[in-house]
Amino acid sequence: MSDLITIEWYLALSALLFTIGATGVLVRRNALIIFMSIELMLNAANLAFVALARQMGDLDGQIFVFFVMTVAAAEVAVGLALIVTIFRTRSSINIDEINMMKG
Amino acid sequence: MVTTIFFILFAALAIAGALGTVLSRNPIYSALSLILTMAMLAVFYIMLNAPFIAMVQLAVYAGAIMVLFIFVIMLLGAERLAGLTGGSRWQLYLALLLAGLLFVLFGTALVGEGTGLGSVAAVIEAGPAAVGLRLFEAFVLPFEVTSVLLLVAMVGVLVLRSKEQKKGE
Repeated sequence: MSDLITIEWYLALSALLFTIGATGVLVRRNALIIFMSIELMLNAANLAFVALARQMGDLDGQIFVFFVMTVAAAEVAVGLALIVTIFRTRSSINIDEINMMKG
Repeated sequence: MVTTIFFILFAALAIAGALGTVLSRNPIYSALSLILTMAMLAVFYIMLNAPFIAMVQLAVYAGAIMVLFIFVIMLLGAERLAGLTGGSRWQLYLALLLAGLLFVLFGTALVGEGTGLGSVAAVIEAGPAAVGLRLFEAFVLPFEVTSVLLLVAMVGVLVLRSKEQKKGE
């Protein structure tokens, strides 16, 4: 493996993807796109985990990614149900308009 | 050399997908761009000696989770929700400034004093069998707790929806 690509490259890519995701959360007003940006940030963190697992020669990083994916699945199920419920009651998922705690 | 070319190609596609996710006006295009990024990450996982994680990434993330997203986008009606970029101008600039600071922070952690990572370890056995053994030897309790988490999420979704349907009647 003629490796000019070191782990730092993967970490840099991970940092860039995380930053793009964070920007999406800050800039966009559509709750669905904000949610997708959060998924992007989770994926960036997973890439860092796997890259460092490769670096250390340790499987535990990969196991952790497996758990992150499980938590993400649960999070998406509950989050999307919340978004659908909010849309049904307020007919909007613009987060600037969702500012009341009570239905 | 080949590794470098492939890395740059797939990294460019992954970044393009990420930008598409954040910048698209239509949530459907966002979701499709995110699927592109996730598929590219699966390629990186294979390059990083993690074939099991790569397959789970494709099946769970690109498959199940994104299908759920697209299902909800279509359920709500994507066209009506298009173009919800907004907020005032200074909010946008402030967000970009904060994102830039975040990236500089990551960059200094990477470049500043070096990561102190040392040399890359030898390639280890990381197929599904190895991952499964590790999972059930050292991580049995977290694995079982995960099942409870998924159950709670499922019950939570059902409670959310059933309460609302009762209200609707």
